[in-house]
Amino acid sequence: MTETIAFLIEKSIVAAGFFVVVLGVVAYATLGERKIAGYFQDRHGPNRAGPWGILQPIADGVKFFAKEDFIPDRADKILFVIAPTFTFMAAGFIMAVIPFGDRLTIFGREVLLQIADINIGILYILAISGLGAYGIVIGGWASNNKYSLMGGIRTSGQLISYEIAMGLAIVALLLDHGTMSLRTIVMQQSGAIWHWSVFTHPIGFMIFLVSAFAEASRMPFDLPEAENELVGGYHTEYSSMKFGLFQFGEYTHMTLASGLIITLYFGGWSIPFVPIPENPGILWGLLTFCAFWAKTLLMMFVFMWVRWTLPRFRYDQLMNLGWKKLIPLGIFNIVLTAGLLLVFQSMGLTN
Amino acid sequence: MQSFMFILLTIVTLFSALMVVTRKNPVASILYLVLVFFCFAGFYVMLGAQFLAAIQIIVYAGAIMVLFLFVVMLLNLRDMDNVEGKPNAWQNLGIFAGIGMGLVILAYLSGSPGMSIAPVGNNPEVYAMGSAKYLGKALFMDFVLPFEIAGVLLLAAVVGAVALAKKKRA
Amino acid sequence: MLPRDFIPVLITFLVVGGFAWITLLATHLLGPKRYSPEKMDTYECGVDYRDDARSRFSIKFYLVGVLFVIFDLEVVFMYPWAVNFRELGLFGFASMGVFLVILTIGLLYEWKKGALEWE
Repeated sequence: MTETIAFLIEKSIVAAGFFVVVLGVVAYATLGERKIAGYFQDRHGPNRAGPWGILQPIADGVKFFAKEDFIPDRADKILFVIAPTFTFMAAGFIMAVIPFGDRLTIFGREVLLQIADINIGILYILAISGLGAYGIVIGGWASNNKYSLMGGIRTSGQLISYEIAMGLAIVALLLDHGTMSLRTIVMQQSGAIWHWSVFTHPIGFMIFLVSAFAEASRMPFDLPEAENELVGGYHTEYSSMKFGLFQFGEYTHMTLASGLIITLYFGGWSIPFVPIPENPGILWGLLTFCAFWAKTLLMMFVFMWVRWTLPRFRYDQLMNLGWKKLIPLGIFNIVLTAGLLLVFQSMGLTN
Repeated sequence: MQSFMFILLTIVTLFSALMVVTRKNPVASILYLVLVFFCFAGFYVMLGAQFLAAIQIIVYAGAIMVLFLFVVMLLNLRDMDNVEGKPNAWQNLGIFAGIGMGLVILAYLSGSPGMSIAPVGNNPEVYAMGSAKYLGKALFMDFVLPFEIAGVLLLAAVVGAVALAKKKRA
Repeated sequence: MLPRDFIPVLITFLVVGGFAWITLLATHLLGPKRYSPEKMDTYECGVDYRDDARSRFSIKFYLVGVLFVIFDLEVVFMYPWAVNFRELGLFGFASMGVFLVILTIGLLYEWKKGALEWE
């Protein structure tokens, strides 16, 4: 019984702690994005709140709380309020299975730096991120505004199209790993740097990366809020923290999607050429935690870099890319991976 | 504690199922139905069928309900906001069918010996059986033919969908 | 009873969901409230709105929805196969090969029929 209570306390602390870390990264990602945009466009970006603008996220947060929180008269009141929380929760729930680090020993207890290592980890992420479409569609529909509705419907069409491509990329990865537990996948990539899946599955990585951009509705794929066509897209009618939750959800999605790419293709928390110790101390746990975030922040920089470099797709180009290029490529990739694995197996090699 | 989660989940499921059929706004109904499917996934997890739980959410909540949402939005909703008056013949038939179904389930339950409500997901043997690995072995060793036939069925569905929704080109 | 692995997932649901609702409630209590009919109106670039946004939209989205359900199912069949691939060997490769051929026929069919065109 005491063991159960200790387990519950441990997991609650881990979950709350990771959530705070993710929120912090998300808050500073908004600042980072604007700073990076500034440098890309030869200007400074936010630099008034605190030195180099480092207090900007706090100022933004206060502003969100201090703004009037109203619901347009003609909107569907209940759904209008539910929609942003839906988007935020769908993005945040992904956190539960991401391995943020290895284990560490503290107070004589071995603590796993992952909230839940379930044996359907990857499917859990696919399932939860599939629900993200609802928040945006419902938000667009409940606003009872034409721009919002179009933004919402465009989004759902886009999200579901790229979900298939993403699934196909993951199937090819599973062929190799033979497990859906994200922790095991990271362990299998530890050791030499060429164990990273990005080197063994380059095609799958490209498909996954493009799909991840589309699923996060990031720049070349940000048609849901194409401001020159749709004003603000699905969140045209939203104000104050309800808008804030949409925005937060988007950045949370980007952060955790970067974390997922790192976990699946770049060895997650593992440090190249450093073996995993039998009895990890606190230091090892913190080291892997930092390794994970260092890689993830680099990946997030790639997300922002792409955003401020590429122009937006047209909707028909977006659908063509998803259905006519990525899906056939994904099927080809599966056959190729399976065939190569069979050949390696018959030659007695274990990839 | 053993069945506390189960009872809680049951209450949420039944409540949302009731909301699905009583809401006038079809979009609200759909959201409640998503919640029902989510609860089903919870039941699957409790029964040790984790893979099925994930599939339940991916296929039902993530795919089929999005399609439902499209269909509801595709129809002109303003005409459906004020469905009033006495139930027509079809609705009466539906009520009869529902009562009949309830009676059949009751008859079945009263005849079956020793129903247990304690879910078994904690049992390690059951837990192992619910994994994708176990399911895949069964599917691709013992049930390959049904699997291929399912593929043909999906092909038929593709053809049907295209035929229904795509106009002939002149 | 919920398997032990899944309890932390439930805790995450509570933490994240709690945060979302509490922030919403807090803004509702903290923010100012001044009613004005113009503000509560639907935004249409400054023009008075014409009828509801509850209108119909293109059937293309519906078609994409249907095709998504079908292809999603096909991908779902591949997960248990992929996880077992090393044990299944050549036989597994062949049985999935047949399935993939059927899937590809479906994809080619809709391609030829123009269901993937977004004109």
